[in-house]
Amino acid sequence: MSNVEDYVARIEETCGEEKHFIVIFKYDSKNEAIVKILKKAKVEKSMSRIAFELTFRKVSFRLYGTGKAIFRNLKDKKALQKILADLLL
Amino acid sequence: MLNPYKIREDFPILKREINDHPLIYFDSAATTQKPKQVIAAIKEFYENCNANVHRAVHTLSQESSELYEDAHEEVAKFINADSMEEIIFLRGTTEAINLVAYAWGLHNLEGGDEVLVTLMEHHSNIVPWEMLSKTNGFQVKYVEVNDDGTLNYESFENAISHKTKIVCLTHVSNVTGFINDVKNVAKTAHEHEALVLVDGAQSVPHFPVDVKDLDVDFFGFSGHKMLAPTGIGALYGKREVLEEMEPFHGGGSMIKEVTFDTMTKRCSSSLNDLPWKFEAGTPNISGGVGLMAAVRYLKDIGMNNVKVHEENLTEHATRRMQECDKVKIYGLKDASLKCGIIPFGVEGLSSHDVALFLDSYGIMVRSGFHCAQPLHEKLKLKASARVSFYIYNTPEEIDRFVEVLREIEQL
Repeated sequence: MSNVEDYVARIEETCGEEKHFIVIFKYDSKNEAIVKILKKAKVEKSMSRIAFELTFRKVSFRLYGTGKAIFRNLKDKKALQKILADLLL
Repeated sequence: MLNPYKIREDFPILKREINDHPLIYFDSAATTQKPKQVIAAIKEFYENCNANVHRAVHTLSQESSELYEDAHEEVAKFINADSMEEIIFLRGTTEAINLVAYAWGLHNLEGGDEVLVTLMEHHSNIVPWEMLSKTNGFQVKYVEVNDDGTLNYESFENAISHKTKIVCLTHVSNVTGFINDVKNVAKTAHEHEALVLVDGAQSVPHFPVDVKDLDVDFFGFSGHKMLAPTGIGALYGKREVLEEMEPFHGGGSMIKEVTFDTMTKRCSSSLNDLPWKFEAGTPNISGGVGLMAAVRYLKDIGMNNVKVHEENLTEHATRRMQECDKVKIYGLKDASLKCGIIPFGVEGLSSHDVALFLDSYGIMVRSGFHCAQPLHEKLKLKASARVSFYIYNTPEEIDRFVEVLREIEQL
């Protein structure tokens, strides 16, 4: 797969707290996305394989085994797209 | 007594598994699941009766019109309105509030007037008034909320004056579940000759509501929060107030006739009777049919039984959640003063992380501001997770939820 859109179904900007983004991976490609992300990002903590606390280029995020991830304190959606491209492609 | 185990058999979606776990749906304050009786009523309508309502003589239109009018009657009886003329069908509570703001407020509010709104309102009961104040020049004043999320009645008494033209408040907070004393507020408002608009989105689905006893002027609610489909809701308005109001939208159905004056080269129209004066265009007929089925379903259960069941669940959940070391319940904890809603947080986790963790276990809860940012700011909360219960939830689901909360605490 060569596009972020091949992996990502939806991106939700959260309300409340700081600006976070929740990324929901496509059901059919979520396992592939999780494997790719775990290869590139640093695993700070694994929580019973339900979720992983990760860092990638000073950005901290949590990846869930259900195929969802929450990226914290990113400047905007463009910054998120860049991180996703670097992680997935 | 309400039997949630029997009721669950009517809800096909509750048989689903999410992330390899049985679905536990604790997000009914956002929208409720739909029983097969409601689904069947909509299916039956489209398979056998579908036609546009009013102003046709053919059989299908007659049947469709009768169903749609019956739905108004059913809703009127459900909230003890005098007649169906006082029940306007629209998309939901947001549209109901906007109708009052623009069909009443636009023509009756001006500089020097004040609109009282509480700080516990959903954004839908704040934004329309702030928007209108910019064009009409009146002031929106906010009634304070106490530290436990309850309404500060002293602040209300201090804020109301002869300048107040309308008081806008929610019957039940969609964040804390706290039930406001609407009857008392309405009494005080009327003593000041102000009208009262109530957001009933979180009350009508959960306990008996009698608009005549409350003596409010407007009362809006949403069908989808009470087993009906999305896109249908109702606004109750006192007949004498509705009759004095201008229409909200212009178009077909809301007029009796439109005539062209050959001298002035202009069209003029005469308005239709209530409630059609406020229902321009082809309405959501199948939604109305679904709402009628939902009301009948709830009436069969009995709204007092719904109230008791939710109170028991809230009491059980509040007690069990307090057994968790890192879980904090926000606001008032007395289940008898609340309505099936518990906002909470887990130490060290954002509300969205809590929701995502619970989702991993098949438990659906909401997170964020719940469209009530001013209340969160007042309670000094960055956000909250929220569980909300309904007729199909069980104590066993709450026990499983607490078990998962304990697992999350250990991660």
